[in-house]
Amino acid sequence: MADQVLDKKEHSHHTGAPLIEPGHSYGSVTDKISSIVLTRKTPVAWFLGFSVAFLLLMVFLGSTAYLLMKGTGIWGLNVPVGWGFAIINFVWWIGIGHAGTLISAILLLLRQEWRTSINRFAEAMTLFAVAAAGMFPLLHMGRPWLFYWLMPYPNTMALWPQFRSPLVWDVFAVSTYATVSLLFWYVGLVPDFATLRDRTKNRWAQISYGILSMGWRGSAIHWHRYETAYLLLAGLATPLVISVHTVVSFDFAMGIIPGWHATIFPPYFVAGAIYAGFAMVLTLSIPLRKIYGLEDFITMRHLKNMAKVMLATGLIVAYGYMIEGFTAWYSGAEYEEFMILNRLTGPYKYVFWSLILCNVAVPQLIWFSKIQNSVVALFVVAMFVNVGMWLERFVIVVTSLHRDFLPSSWDMYSGTIWDWATYIGTIGLFLTLMFLFLRIMPAISIFEMRTLVTDDKKSKAE
Amino acid sequence: MPQIFHPSTNTFSKVTIFGGVFMVAATLWVLLSVERSSYVTQAQVVREQPVPFSHRHHVSQLGIDCRYCHTSVEESSFAGIPPTKTCMTCHSQIHSTAEMLEPVRESWRTGKSLEWIRVHDLPDFAYFNHSIHVKKGVGCETCHGPVGEMALTWREHSLNMEWCLECHRAPEKFVRPPEFVFTPNWKSEGDQEMMGKELLQKYDIKPSTNCSICHR
Repeated sequence: MADQVLDKKEHSHHTGAPLIEPGHSYGSVTDKISSIVLTRKTPVAWFLGFSVAFLLLMVFLGSTAYLLMKGTGIWGLNVPVGWGFAIINFVWWIGIGHAGTLISAILLLLRQEWRTSINRFAEAMTLFAVAAAGMFPLLHMGRPWLFYWLMPYPNTMALWPQFRSPLVWDVFAVSTYATVSLLFWYVGLVPDFATLRDRTKNRWAQISYGILSMGWRGSAIHWHRYETAYLLLAGLATPLVISVHTVVSFDFAMGIIPGWHATIFPPYFVAGAIYAGFAMVLTLSIPLRKIYGLEDFITMRHLKNMAKVMLATGLIVAYGYMIEGFTAWYSGAEYEEFMILNRLTGPYKYVFWSLILCNVAVPQLIWFSKIQNSVVALFVVAMFVNVGMWLERFVIVVTSLHRDFLPSSWDMYSGTIWDWATYIGTIGLFLTLMFLFLRIMPAISIFEMRTLVTDDKKSKAE
Repeated sequence: MPQIFHPSTNTFSKVTIFGGVFMVAATLWVLLSVERSSYVTQAQVVREQPVPFSHRHHVSQLGIDCRYCHTSVEESSFAGIPPTKTCMTCHSQIHSTAEMLEPVRESWRTGKSLEWIRVHDLPDFAYFNHSIHVKKGVGCETCHGPVGEMALTWREHSLNMEWCLECHRAPEKFVRPPEFVFTPNWKSEGDQEMMGKELLQKYDIKPSTNCSICHR
């Protein structure tokens, strides 16, 4: 078994592009990554990006303030489409969050070493995406300050939440996911915080990183405990990758609405989430490696691997679309049949066919090695997928609701300016947090990158 | 390299990390206790009134029935606050010059109502009907406490929803035979739950816990 693993490693080193460009030593890896935070001048691109992100965050602040003043009536929600942008954006963001946990937990357990240089910021991305996602159910409540009513606690109303409702399952699934992701991210950061603490010259940075590193001295006992804790957390996080989006899909699948009530939903949603997540990791890592000159650490091999995961999950998602159509036809239920015809040819057909273009057609380009080797092309494909996954949720939510069982209540739905402002605002929230993260924390795991350096030397020696 | 933190930081961080769990638990406990305290619910707190009316004097010492003043309690959702006229049936003759009762006489002269401060004020989103509760054997004192012993009136219970549900979920613990609904200081002689269950059968008492029974 051990030999096999070794063989694989060597194999990958000899054939594929390297995980870390040759010529790096422990010192150079540490220098390069920690200098982004500690010594190097913050690039102009960071200031530009942060300004835009912060501006969008202010849009979020403004639209939320207006929402709290006026109530959810400022959104486009009404009968029959009672679920609009709020749930679309929630599912979109939660989906994006999935890649982080997949990369950090599942790929760790599967010993995919290429995860090492992307796991840190993919985990950060997960956390910030979950934060952005959480905004929507909270704001949709109308009285977000009473959010704790969703938790079971001995309240003065002597009431428990409705445990039969998938929306309550969602609360547990998402909050567990957020907690475990946060712990996983933080535990992984502790040794790196200690590195920053030891290297910084700034007194305040010393104290802050000192507190965050929790007295890490790098002793053998520390490393032993760290490895145990990290593996345990990876084990805990692994089922969550599957469970969270399964529960999110239950929000729909438990409802007896044509187009929602299908058993394909859980796997189809999980695949969609990983698809969206990898698209977002590509979207973020491509500019990141360029701006900070990290091409040595995030190599073409990483980009290609992510593109391949995207292609594979994209095909599962395409299969999901197919099965939706098949189920509608095979069920023989007239409402199901009408729903799928309405989706394909009704008033929202342009949205549907754009979705097929973005999520099914364009990603097929990844089959070509020319596309795989072009950073720009990969970025463009990833952007298509980002848009496509949003359109997918729009199609699922709106086309199933807007023409329901009773033709007299049929109506059209579109987001108002406040829907858009809130949505774009959460992108601002996400990017602002991402930029702050890049500025004050090591975006790539320093100590895990150092292990790759050892491997490199070993395999050369052998 | 010099140490950044004083050695005592070790103890401090251990205590705060392990103590954090207890801190969170304690905070929750305090919050839940405050929410139920009379500071928040105003239960057991005397309300100041334009005239210091004593239920103890009128009910326990004089023996006046609840319904003498709260006339509509058996037919209406609202038990009724007596008009000045009700007071004056006696007080035109008794204590007719007492200074304490001047606001009553003034109301009588001018025709302007006394502005009593409501002691049991349910929120508007909760529907409550006195008549059905009285008819099914919920005694006045079950909800209002020993009113006949209150020199100045207070609200006995919190009016929290958990308090309503206490009875709606297990009415056998509280109901009494209809003839004793207005009796002060009534206590069941036998086993309350046994008798309660019989009463539920006999009077077809089935309090609903459906949301829209109260939140209409």
